[in-house]
Amino acid sequence: MIPIQTQLPTWTAVAPTLLLGLTALVLLLVDSIDPDSTRPTALAGISALGSVAALAVAGWFLLAGTGQTGSGGAIELYGGSIVVDGLSLFFTVIFASVAAMVSLASYDYLRDRTYQAEFYALVMLAATGMSLMGSSGSLATVFVSLELASLPSYALVAFLKNNRGSVEAGLKYFLVGAVSSAVFAFGISLVYAVTGSLLLSDVASAIGSAGDFVGIAGVGIVMIAGGFAFKTASVPFHFWAPEAYEGAPAPISAFLSSASKAAGFAVAFRVFAVAFPIESVVPMGIDWPLLFAVLAVVTMTLGNFAAATQENVKRMLAYSSVGHAGYALIGLAALSGGGPNGNVMGASMAHLLVYGFMNTGAFLFIAMVEHWDVGRTFEDYNGLATQAPVACLAMTVFMFSLAGLPPFGGFLSKYALFYGAIQGGFWWLAAVGAINSALSLFYYSRVVKAMWIEEPSESFDLGATPLGIYVAVLVAAVGTLVLLPAFGPVVETAQSAATALFA
Amino acid sequence: MIIEALIAVTFVAAFVVMLAPDEVAGRLAAALSLLPVVGSLYMWSRFDASGNALTGGSIAFETMTPWLELGGYTLNWHVGVDGIGLPLVVLTTILSTLAIVSAWTPIDDRQSQFYGLMLFMEANLLGVFTALDFFVWFVFWEAVLLPMYFLIGVWGGPRRKYAAIKFFVYTNIASLAMFIGFIALVFGLGDSVSSLDMPAIAQALRAGELGSLYGIPAATLRTVAFVAMFLGFAVKVPIVPFHTWLPDAHVEAPSPVSVMLAGVLLKMGTYALLRFNFTMMPETATQFAVPIALIAVISVIYGAMLALAQQDLKRIVAYSSVSSMGYVILGLIAYTTYGVGGATFQMIAHGLISGLMFMSVGVIYNATHTRMVGDMSGMADRMPVTTGILVAGAFGYMGLPLMAGFAGEFFIFKGSFESTVTAGMPLYTAAAMFGIVIVAGYLLFAMQRTLFGAFRLETDYEVGPAALHETVPLAILLVTIIVLGVAPDLFFGMIQDAVTPLLDFGGELS
Repeated sequence: MIPIQTQLPTWTAVAPTLLLGLTALVLLLVDSIDPDSTRPTALAGISALGSVAALAVAGWFLLAGTGQTGSGGAIELYGGSIVVDGLSLFFTVIFASVAAMVSLASYDYLRDRTYQAEFYALVMLAATGMSLMGSSGSLATVFVSLELASLPSYALVAFLKNNRGSVEAGLKYFLVGAVSSAVFAFGISLVYAVTGSLLLSDVASAIGSAGDFVGIAGVGIVMIAGGFAFKTASVPFHFWAPEAYEGAPAPISAFLSSASKAAGFAVAFRVFAVAFPIESVVPMGIDWPLLFAVLAVVTMTLGNFAAATQENVKRMLAYSSVGHAGYALIGLAALSGGGPNGNVMGASMAHLLVYGFMNTGAFLFIAMVEHWDVGRTFEDYNGLATQAPVACLAMTVFMFSLAGLPPFGGFLSKYALFYGAIQGGFWWLAAVGAINSALSLFYYSRVVKAMWIEEPSESFDLGATPLGIYVAVLVAAVGTLVLLPAFGPVVETAQSAATALFA
Repeated sequence: MIIEALIAVTFVAAFVVMLAPDEVAGRLAAALSLLPVVGSLYMWSRFDASGNALTGGSIAFETMTPWLELGGYTLNWHVGVDGIGLPLVVLTTILSTLAIVSAWTPIDDRQSQFYGLMLFMEANLLGVFTALDFFVWFVFWEAVLLPMYFLIGVWGGPRRKYAAIKFFVYTNIASLAMFIGFIALVFGLGDSVSSLDMPAIAQALRAGELGSLYGIPAATLRTVAFVAMFLGFAVKVPIVPFHTWLPDAHVEAPSPVSVMLAGVLLKMGTYALLRFNFTMMPETATQFAVPIALIAVISVIYGAMLALAQQDLKRIVAYSSVSSMGYVILGLIAYTTYGVGGATFQMIAHGLISGLMFMSVGVIYNATHTRMVGDMSGMADRMPVTTGILVAGAFGYMGLPLMAGFAGEFFIFKGSFESTVTAGMPLYTAAAMFGIVIVAGYLLFAMQRTLFGAFRLETDYEVGPAALHETVPLAILLVTIIVLGVAPDLFFGMIQDAVTPLLDFGGELS
């Protein structure tokens, strides 16, 4: 295939990101032309179309080989501050898919609420920030794009401003976010002090000769890792997540727990693989893979056990999301100098893609249940399948896929991930992951059991089916199912993208 | 392509039925389930494989296309049948259709979901018995559990939730143990296999290519993997002491689901034992010949004794399945043509006979709403046809000559008696044969109390002859059992052809 950049100007490589940003501006424009009337269909439509367009372009670039090893390697823009390569495109696909499903679902969720245009514009701006995070080539871009993704998220979590839970969640998210941003910025400044550069590639070449400043570099790296832990909802900066996911409007919970988490991983993968090469950093005593291995084990175990004790389904999903951050962290932990690092990191990327579908679908199902006003606990779900069998079937697919049962996408992605860890010699990490995964079946199957097997305690009156959410949930379910047979090309793309980082 | 078509048609049928209105779901499901029956009979008529699929024999209806590659291992979509797989495919399609028809009377709630799940399970079962790539096989294997979980949990008896979750947890943990064991073996094979293709792995293992893994020597690795996989499959079979989920699941499951559970799902366990443990690691299996034969005999006797102690007709048949599966294990470990072949034949025979038993107990329950031996007597007066078929089925269970059960058990006893795999085999065989006496004891006792004598019923229901759609599946099963008993060669020829290569242990033992 002819590389795309020989036909188009180089800057077009960031087209997916630009499309997302443009969509946000269009939404604001529509709103400013006629601020008084709400047009839910037009707004949700623009937002969804913009995301799908970004998804299509990113997917096209990915297939055409833009920025990948086959066609000239990564495309660097603005002196290397923005990099477009397989990794950034792959993650943009995740963000755009999730944004599209969330926009669709918000159509029903936001009905009769004010500030709809602002809502969609904030979602699109956050998606732009996430997409930019995936293409950050310098620590400065990393920080700016991270803030661009975070600030809209704070507002979105607190969007239901007459709801105490929502506002409290927004505040908690904002405070923890502010602290972790400060820690993160301080870490960047320390790394800058040691290496004299913010460009990832320059940091990589300078950090090997840190000399006496090894300690400072080490502290800086740990602080940067802390910033990522916040964004990915990993231990020790995970405690905002259950509150924020539970309090936020359910489509936003879906958006944050799928896309925002993936964005954190996108930037963490690039920064650690490119800027702090294992070959030069680990011999100096800065063993960041070990740090992430510990974080991975603690995060998945804590997330799982906390999820098992919940009575509220949304909160259970929030903790399960923490647990899944732990699995994805294996992509940063099971690395070693000269090992098959691209394989495990690529598997982690593929897992995040599958997770993007199954977790978004699960949270959107919650959005549907909230729309029906059914209730929040497992008991409230009793017998739901008698009323809404198709939606419950989709939720069943999400739950079993999240648990990693075979006929769904989540099984293959987890298998590839654990297998990648074993290949890298980290069989104990894979074992902890597999045990956690087996335990997780307990709380996921509680939802299934409640929906299908328990008798309803009261009669339901669900009213009309919210079409937007319904379609979004079905899209997510089909995605989760299709990713089983279609997992091959996905994981191969991800692995070659990740391998290019380590080259 | 016919295997793909068979599986795809069944999946599509499952979806169609799931979306159909409840009133027509049962009829529609039965009609659609005839398609795989026709397909599998066509496969049987055109069957041209020879030898064992895993040891390099020619495979019928084979397709193999790469699916995905993961860290140096190719996963293929690889399906095909040999003389072991095909009979089980035929058993699955026939029994599924009959079970669906037998569900018309008892299932009166959420029908479209029930029949949809039955067909979904059938599709996955077909996958299990035809897949020749471990990964594909595992996906189908696990996918069978999900519909079963719902079928017991939604439509079951009073303790259905407990039974469903017990079944689910038991079999899932077992699957995990088996999965880890097998993957460790594949890793231990190192560079000698580059895919999860079952024939390639079987041949590499039989050729002694297993190396050490993470410092664990090959011999230990092989033993540990064998035990992990044996335990994993033993739960499914089930073998004493892993059988405790079975009576719960059977008693709570509605009768048509019991038919599938006993008739086909238990065969997954013995099929997997044959395919994996006994085909891939014969030398380890023969090392463990004494404990395995002992477990088999204990399963036979203990299962029969448990059946003897039951008051619930369904529990009696459920425990007798444990006993029958013990014979299968005994035949497998014998490592003679008649032993292994008889065990495979017994899978089919037991599938049909236990299906018949559960179905006829179900028909009686539909009329009387009780299954307790003490609650009824003299059913023969009111339900003569059902009684006749139940008696015939019970005699099949006891091994009456000219019925399929006799052929299966006779082959197994002949094979295990002749076996030289360990010195005590004739002794174990003799002990296991004693099981037949107990079987005859409890079946005759239960029948004499429930079916004969003066009519008496503790529950307030009018009992008359069973409906036509209840009787016809029973009659078809009975005819099939007799046909297979008179002419076991309809299947036994191809089975024998497929198991004979297993008796040659290849490079290592000869």
